[in-house]
Amino acid sequence: MATILGKSNSGSAFGQSLPRVEGRAKVTGRAEYVHNLRLPGMLYGKIHRSTAAHARINSIDVTAAAELPGFYAVYTASDIRKLIPEPYYGPAFHDQPVLAIDKVHYVGEPVALVLAEDVHVAEAAAQLIAVDYEELPAVFDEVEAMTSQAVVHETLKPAGTFPDLKHLKGKRDTNVALDFHLRRGDVQKAFAEADHVFEHTFKTQQVLHLPLEPFVTVADPTPNQLVIHTASQSPSFVRIEIARLLGWPETRVRVKVPYLGGGFGAKLYIKLEALVAAAALIAGRPVKIALTMDEQFYTLTKHATTLRIKSGVNKDGKIIARECEAWWNGGAYADIGPRITQKSGFTAPGPYDIDHVAIDSYALYTNLTPAGALRGFGIPQLVWAYESHTDMIAKALNIDPLAIRRKNILREGRPQATGTPMRDAGIDKVLERLAQRMQWEKPFDKGSGTIRRGRGIAIGFKASISPTTSVAIVNVSADGSCIVYCSTVDMGQGSDTAMAQFAAEALGIPVESVSVVHPDTDVTPYDMATLGSRSTYHMGHAVKNAAEDARDKLLQLAKDVGLSAETTPIPDIFRKKYGMQAGNIVGVGSFIPPYTPPEPGTGQTPDATPFWMIGATGAEVEVDTETGEFKVTRLVNLVDVGRPVNPAIVETQISGATIMQLGFTLSECMNFDAGQCTNASLADYRIPGIRDVPPVMENEAVDMVQQTGPFGAKGVGESGTFGVSPAIASAIDDAVSVRLTSLPLTAEAVYRGLRAQAGKPLED
Amino acid sequence: MAKTNLSATHRNIAFTLNGRPVTAQAGNHQNLVELLQGQGLFGARESCAQGLCGCCTVIVNGAAVSGCLTMATLVDGADVRTIEEPQADGGLDAVQQAFIETGAFQCGFCTPGFILMTRQLLDEHPAPTEEQIRHYLSGNLCRCAAYTEIIKAVKLAAKKRKG
Repeated sequence: MATILGKSNSGSAFGQSLPRVEGRAKVTGRAEYVHNLRLPGMLYGKIHRSTAAHARINSIDVTAAAELPGFYAVYTASDIRKLIPEPYYGPAFHDQPVLAIDKVHYVGEPVALVLAEDVHVAEAAAQLIAVDYEELPAVFDEVEAMTSQAVVHETLKPAGTFPDLKHLKGKRDTNVALDFHLRRGDVQKAFAEADHVFEHTFKTQQVLHLPLEPFVTVADPTPNQLVIHTASQSPSFVRIEIARLLGWPETRVRVKVPYLGGGFGAKLYIKLEALVAAAALIAGRPVKIALTMDEQFYTLTKHATTLRIKSGVNKDGKIIARECEAWWNGGAYADIGPRITQKSGFTAPGPYDIDHVAIDSYALYTNLTPAGALRGFGIPQLVWAYESHTDMIAKALNIDPLAIRRKNILREGRPQATGTPMRDAGIDKVLERLAQRMQWEKPFDKGSGTIRRGRGIAIGFKASISPTTSVAIVNVSADGSCIVYCSTVDMGQGSDTAMAQFAAEALGIPVESVSVVHPDTDVTPYDMATLGSRSTYHMGHAVKNAAEDARDKLLQLAKDVGLSAETTPIPDIFRKKYGMQAGNIVGVGSFIPPYTPPEPGTGQTPDATPFWMIGATGAEVEVDTETGEFKVTRLVNLVDVGRPVNPAIVETQISGATIMQLGFTLSECMNFDAGQCTNASLADYRIPGIRDVPPVMENEAVDMVQQTGPFGAKGVGESGTFGVSPAIASAIDDAVSVRLTSLPLTAEAVYRGLRAQAGKPLED
Repeated sequence: MAKTNLSATHRNIAFTLNGRPVTAQAGNHQNLVELLQGQGLFGARESCAQGLCGCCTVIVNGAAVSGCLTMATLVDGADVRTIEEPQADGGLDAVQQAFIETGAFQCGFCTPGFILMTRQLLDEHPAPTEEQIRHYLSGNLCRCAAYTEIIKAVKLAAKKRKG
């Protein structure tokens, strides 16, 4: 194949629904996961976990475990501290110990680690460890945590990486890990002037990511380096954090990530890696820890929230003031919760043009499993509140749900609550297209008898987390094929395919001649992480820049050897230079978007985000008035993703995100009894299966271009989640006039509402 | 309990694996997924460990089973087929092709189970109804939720099989 630079295939890579580059490996069961990895001399680790929500550790008895034949070693915090004197990690706070030190802070917290050559021996031995606890008062509710006498951590330990957390260093006797405030205009004055004031409180429950490949890490202490193979969404962060803990230069830690069996935000920052790394170094042998499905319930959840929202509205439906309070249940360790509190918190008033806004958003420590980012970084919780609230206002004022949104949405160029003007945000386009597809202005069959039908719409938006950095290398070989080196993790979202498309488009070569190297921190350059739908935009830019750098160097090389790159096949340029098929051209690209930090206290900034993501859902439901059972019969999902890199994969992302959020809306809920999760298994915690997919699902990306995006693209992974929960709740209300304000939406809750409506309420 | 040697009890078994005769030492406590891992096969994956997710699906004597709930020693003498079974001419079968063409997977962790179960469905119902598809695949979970694409893939595979 004689590829001519920029000629052969320009325009044939970007925007095409090409099949995934790893398709064959996945359908033959041969795709590489850490799950598959076994190393010579490898030991298996099993974790002994806390049975108390908040307690002092009096003693740990490992005698019985150590007597088990096949037992290799057991480690507790005192062993870890010989290697790492300050073994606390985390992206926002250095609050999480590798193994519990003196105290435990939630049920399921790792207390001790057993190693054995046989995983079953390790598991049996871990169960033989006996820990004596002195129980302490615990706090579980996020609002109670604001004022509770039970304090989860004696002092706050911000990591120092984020300037807005520095003031919290050393703060004592508080569960507030971050308080974020935004002020715009004069909310109280506007409330006094408004025709109506509405106030509602909404709640969301603890749910979890539950990737089918649970957390898994292998650490290999080679003579020169510690090599960590891990199912991580953030290899660069793992290397930096492990090097920091060990006091080593980054180059002595090498982090490799193959494919992930799902991530959804669970496998971000640092999870098992510090424990596995420490165990491998102490044992002097490779160590693997693969969590079971059940153990995922003790690793990371999505924030449960309480959200209070109050609006001043004129009688024509124009919202003039809004006050939002958000309490985020962060569990026992901060993880990335403080970032969610701020970076998503500032969108709490919704995609609406409101002159007077006040937001108070609090990250709270509690004695539950730590909470982090889960497909939406807090946005689905906020949309749940503001869109339910919007429809409750519309109903009270007898205004159509579409009409109240048309009157209030943020339009191009208008300032969002932070003051940042909206750019390339297709809020109106998404809303109008949703209305069209739902045939909103046509009469709707509301059903009759005991089966009533209803419909609802909801729209949400999200800012991209900023500022973050991506770096990429594009290496053109002498035959004209090319290799992309980047640390973006393909966890199923199709980033390998997308990055191949970016490089192919920028060089004008066929996608088939591009291969993408998986993250390996010795080989692939820095990337902040694969999170928050940032890779298409940030890494897309970096790969495009690297490919363009390579293209420019190739043009120069052709010129240097007296050839025209316009007409000469790439291999001939190399052959002329090196006399044979030899040599490389290496292009480098990096990207960090412009950003202005918010003003402390008011949260105002002219540049809060490089791009906005928009997602909306329309739902139709059928409710059985005798039982409260309801069925979602139709879901219509609209998003603004800029120009889709790969329309088929984009549609899969929208559909998958929507169905995942359907689980968080209808069936998924971690139940707790005194801090103990009572349904920690797939048998007792039901995720959506094929029968839960609504009979009609429609997904569409509206025709938009992100002017600042690579080839006009921006992220898509989360947008499908935004509108699902409130659209369904509003559809239920439309059908039977029962308004639910807590997730999940259950038949029992609907039935209770119906009974209350009939004046015959059920007992609690 | 504390003194039990968990690795002491094994049995030598012989079975057919993807069309080839093999022998193996199977621990009495081991499940079929672990036995296959010992043979270097990782396409059947233990995920929920409760027989609910379908990631560990294996075909034993022509029927789909959960590898995580099947004791390794029970496949002594059996015909065992996994996702790694070579297809005609070293290529992909109609189901695998259909899954690629319709993009019926994201992370791929559950995909072998869905493909094996789809083959079972199409062997028994060459032209399945939407209800039959949902029924046969209700024991397989996909957390990426590529379900709408999977339904399309099954329909396409049925068409491809007919030729």
